[in-house]
Amino acid sequence: MPSWPAQTKYISQSTPRVDAVAKVTGKARYSSDIQADGWLYGMILRSKWPAAKILEINLDKARQIPGIKAAVKVRDGEFNIRFYGEEIAAVAGTTKQACLDALRAIEVKAEPRQEFAVNENEARKDDAPQVWAGRPNASPGRPRERGNVDQAFGECAAVIEGFYSTPVQIHHPMETHGNTVSWTDEGVTAWSSTQGISSVRDGLAGTLQLDQSKVHVVTDFMGGGFGAKFGAGVEGVLAAQLSRQAKAPVRLMLTRFDQALAVGNRPSSFQKIKMGAKADGTLHAFDAENYGTAGIGAGGDAGGGGGGAALTMPYLYRVPNTRVKQSSVAVNAGSARAFRAPGNPPASYGMESAMDDLAVKLGMDPVEFRLKNDPVEIRRREFQIGAEKFGWKEKYQKPGSSPGFVKTGIGCAGAAWPAGGPSRQTQGEAQINPDGSVEFRLGVQDIGTGTKTVIAVVAAEMLGLKPEQITVKVGDTDFPPGPGSGGSTTCASISPTVYDICTKALQQLQTRAGIADARGENWFAACKKLGVTPLVVHGNWIEGLSSNPAYGVQFAEVAVDTETGLVTVKKIVAVHDCGLIIDTLTLESQVNGGIIMGMGYALYEERVMDDLSGVVLNPNFETYKLPGIADVPDIKVVLLNMPERGVIGIGEPATVPTAAAIANAVANAIGIRVSSLPITPAKVLAALGKVPAPNKET
Amino acid sequence: MKNPGPEKLGAHSRRTFLKSLGTAAVTAAAARAQSVAAELEKAGAEKTFGPGAVPVTLKVNGKTLKLKLEPRVTLLDALRNYSSLTGAKEGCDRAACGACTVLLDDLPVYSCQKLAIEAQGCEITTVEGLAKNGKLTKVQQAFWDEDALQCGYCTPGFIMSVTALLKKNPHPTADEVKHACAGNLCRCGTHPHILQAALQAAGVNATSKTEVIYA
Repeated sequence: MPSWPAQTKYISQSTPRVDAVAKVTGKARYSSDIQADGWLYGMILRSKWPAAKILEINLDKARQIPGIKAAVKVRDGEFNIRFYGEEIAAVAGTTKQACLDALRAIEVKAEPRQEFAVNENEARKDDAPQVWAGRPNASPGRPRERGNVDQAFGECAAVIEGFYSTPVQIHHPMETHGNTVSWTDEGVTAWSSTQGISSVRDGLAGTLQLDQSKVHVVTDFMGGGFGAKFGAGVEGVLAAQLSRQAKAPVRLMLTRFDQALAVGNRPSSFQKIKMGAKADGTLHAFDAENYGTAGIGAGGDAGGGGGGAALTMPYLYRVPNTRVKQSSVAVNAGSARAFRAPGNPPASYGMESAMDDLAVKLGMDPVEFRLKNDPVEIRRREFQIGAEKFGWKEKYQKPGSSPGFVKTGIGCAGAAWPAGGPSRQTQGEAQINPDGSVEFRLGVQDIGTGTKTVIAVVAAEMLGLKPEQITVKVGDTDFPPGPGSGGSTTCASISPTVYDICTKALQQLQTRAGIADARGENWFAACKKLGVTPLVVHGNWIEGLSSNPAYGVQFAEVAVDTETGLVTVKKIVAVHDCGLIIDTLTLESQVNGGIIMGMGYALYEERVMDDLSGVVLNPNFETYKLPGIADVPDIKVVLLNMPERGVIGIGEPATVPTAAAIANAVANAIGIRVSSLPITPAKVLAALGKVPAPNKET
Repeated sequence: MKNPGPEKLGAHSRRTFLKSLGTAAVTAAAARAQSVAAELEKAGAEKTFGPGAVPVTLKVNGKTLKLKLEPRVTLLDALRNYSSLTGAKEGCDRAACGACTVLLDDLPVYSCQKLAIEAQGCEITTVEGLAKNGKLTKVQQAFWDEDALQCGYCTPGFIMSVTALLKKNPHPTADEVKHACAGNLCRCGTHPHILQAALQAAGVNATSKTEVIYA
């Protein structure tokens, strides 16, 4: 069985990102920076109606705009529009300004439908307009029961009931979705802003009816995805069609406005939870009903199901008697997509809120209550370590007992990322040159997580070189295939693969050079003996060097101004495990990032739609608030390094518990639960009875 | 903070442009752009440009760029799409994210909110113009050392904001760094490292708060 070296020089140390120089000098070319010879701009015309029947699209006038080289419809004939922002047609031209003019010149004959539903609480009613004709928007949901819930509630010493809701959150990577596509007789090349070069290649090949070998996808640098950038997308296919028609490469990047409408989001959740525990704090009964919307993605199947709105309930904790009923609600809005730890942040918010509410009712310390009911030994230790580092015992006060009008409070929550696990199909190769230079080529992509750096660190460790001596190339479908960057699986997929390549490379190099150990100081002498032919070594993911799942806990301290309702996060302590740490520095960045994204989910972020017009009201950064640098609290990251578990990913678990911990801290500060995210000043003031409550959602 | 004001920007600031429109333009508002231009010529107002492409001269990173641009082309668009300077990024195209931040005579501005013709006569610095002869500036080096970047798309904007701050105030406090970066967004959540890097570049030794426990 292979094993990681016990003594390491680079693994588990801090290695600065190997592609940082390109990024800090502006030399890094992202998909949106590609200037292929004779390239054109592409732009998409989107529906201004939330529901309509498109009868006819006339592109003639658009084609006559000076500079316009191509114009295509999304499809021929009549078709239905199901959300505001759905794609209708696209143009390509020599300037952005020409494209803007051309979009205005496209004539669309349509029958707008007055009947639509964008509010999940309205859409789930029996008489609601149907998003998919002939199918109910919401499935009735089938309850799953374990034990005897009704009887168990009678045996509880304390029971709470709560209704916890979370909003639709939008990914909003800084680089929008898009591609530069060149379609010639030789085939298609797409410089794609994607988390999955292989899935984009296969998607384009399938839709454009080309051999997969005729589609080449390149992603040298990409500006974030968070789960929303796996496929070629409608925009990728349109860019290809425009390129074909114009006989020129087309760069089609979405606008920030487009980004808010059509390329994914995290489903909402409305969680009715009843939970009871025995007098000693043992959870005993759990009864929950949850629904949420995944936009038009919910309801695409036989009715209501699908779309990813379902949650893992009762999430982390062991409850012997549980009953859970869930459904997805279709609405006239852009479909949900995977979003950093799909399903987990909302599940964490609902369950961890209920945990604190029940702890208060039982008169138990929330950390003690969790230790009593958490079945995972690693996470119980993390709760203990976190509580100590955070100063939980010293800081904890009874809910609402903080004096003054600015009240402080603390809260905690746990995470699990069970789905993870490596991609066993990962492959890669290294080319070792006679001059001792070495290049690794893997068909994965670095989405900002530090994939290239991980490859360099592992290779340097194994070959006895320095990370800067390793040239790393990723993001090209001509390289041996690797997985999409999702599910926090990349690190655990590539690290064992690089290990395997290095082991094989050393064996072959040592044989060819007749040297017993080619590592470190012998490296260059050994390589020289290759003569004129470089050594190319292929490797695969191997068993025994990676595992899953990952856990983690976070503690939050907040200040709540009871006059203005403003919540300020003062401190976060995050304790996470991800097996063997590869690079502490980039790992810390990812944990910080997860926390800050979770903070946005807790306090600021929500897609707001207008029930009457069916439009998204905040498709921009002025009104869809992301956390800024001044909002970011003091963050302390504690990492458990567990080499014996092998490599595990971290991207997703780090964002799971933040919102729940902050929400619990707010409840602890003011003594009242704000049971809906984001926790805006208006909701805080309403909870305090200082302003009327907004429309009650039932 | 981000607007150097019309005085610095030559004759084509928004204020003078709007003033020049006068009443003539009101009647022409609904008409085509060409007729607006014609009305203005007739009114004998200031010389107008466009709507066709006009010669524009920009001084970027010490070099002169001679371009032909429609007057409605922004500085960001001119840099990214009419030259090879793609370092400044487009994140929103409406003054909300700061990824397009460049320096105009040492002041950080959103290049998406500045017409290219307005930027004539200014010294424009983009992220590509910082490192000299391959040597990174202190700010760039600190961003590398402190891992003040993840996907890196917002990085050029943050680097320009921090660079502008340190030119004006070489020893900022943490709050002053936060203020200077208030107009820049990062979705990867790199902010703690950005703050650390800015202070590091200003000579304050930053220490990581991360603790690793072998368990």
